Parts: sequence; C-alpha cells; structure tokens
Amino acid sequence: MIWILDLLLLLFLVVCAIEVMRTRDLLSAVIIFSSYSLVMAIVWQQLNAPDIAITEAAVGAGITTMLFVAAISKTSRWEE
Amino acid sequence: MTEDIIVKTSARLMTPFIQMFGLYVIFHGHLTPGGGFQGGAIIGASMILLAVVYGLEEGEKRLGHDASTVLESSTLFYALIGLIGIAAGYSFLANRVAGIPVGTPGALFSGGAIFAINIVVGLKVASTGKTLFYALSREERP
Repeated sequence: MIWILDLLLLLFLVVCAIEVMRTRDLLSAVIIFSSYSLVMAIVWQQLNAPDIAITEAAVGAGITTMLFVAAISKTSRWEE
Repeated sequence: MTEDIIVKTSARLMTPFIQMFGLYVIFHGHLTPGGGFQGGAIIGASMILLAVVYGLEEGEKRLGHDASTVLESSTLFYALIGLIGIAAGYSFLANRVAGIPVGTPGALFSGGAIFAINIVVGLKVASTGKTLFYALSREERP
C-alpha cells in the first residue's frame, strides 16, 4: 500500500517542477522549489537513503532557499 | 529584519534546538545517518535564520567575521589528521592501522579519525553557509 504514497509524492514533484518553470513571480518560484526539496527529502527516505534526506532537507529547503531570496532582494522579483 | 513578534519569538525559541540537533548529527556521524556536512548545514541554517529575523548586525555580534574566518581554516586540521597516517607509514587518512585508538564499536567515542574529521568538516560547513549568506546580502543594490 506504500506505493500509493510514493506515487502521490512523485506526482507532487512533477507538478512542482512544472510550476517552477512556468511561474513568472520568482519569489513564488523559490517557495515552490523549497516545497519540492522538502518532498524530495521524503522520497529519498523512501529510497532508503537517510543521509541524502538530511542533506536535502538542510541544504535544499534551508540554505539554497535563503540564498535565492537574498539574490531576488538584490535584483527584480518578476521575470522579464 | 522583521517586527513580527510571532516570527521573532519562535525563531528565538527554535534556534537552540536546531543547533543542538546539528551538534547531535555531527557527533553521531559515525553511528547514525548524517555526518559533518549534514550537521554543519543544519547549524549554518540556524545562523541564517537568526540573521534573517534579527538583522545582520545582531548575527554579527554572535559570530563575527573574524571568528568565522578562523573556523573556515579548520580544514587545516583535516589535512593534519590525514597526515598522521602518512607519518605512521601508511596512506593518507589511514585510521586504525596508523595507531589511532578506535574504541569499542557502537560507542560514542569510536571510529578514531572519523570522529575528529566529522567535527572539523561540521565547523567548516557551518561557517561557510553563514558566510555565503552574509556575503550575498551585504552587497549594495545596484
């Protein structure tokens, strides 16, 4: 029955990736990318890779999101 | 920097727990999932959280630029630990064969050089994460 959870998580990943590409508001794209990283951490855990899951949660959802937000605050928020 | 009391209070309350979890991941790097890089990234993220909520100057008071420069050079100890193996006549980063005491398997103080290397890498990654964010947000807007 766990495959239903896996399927939902992977579908969420695909939808998130497409939305990051499509959205024009870069701040929204960064937040969507952060949720992508968080779900990706759960997927790594499902793949029996807890090491990578910790890295993904700390670096992907934490540090890169803050670096992206800092970069956006120095440039423009909207894609041209 | 924000004036929101909910954000300020929750960041102040969460930061010690985040840093304690990061230290746990570093110190149990040879026993449980995680290690120097993962724990250091968690500690660096907690410092970024403080800097975002309380402003860059407040974060600079906790860990100044000079202190993080010293922490950055902790990679030197990585090379020194590796050179112990060469000094004993074995390859770089040789652990048990080079005579480093490894302790009982499963105990906290075991693993020999891996324990020390995890701590060094944790310090390096934590200060690098913090310094990256500071360098990026200090730049003047063009």
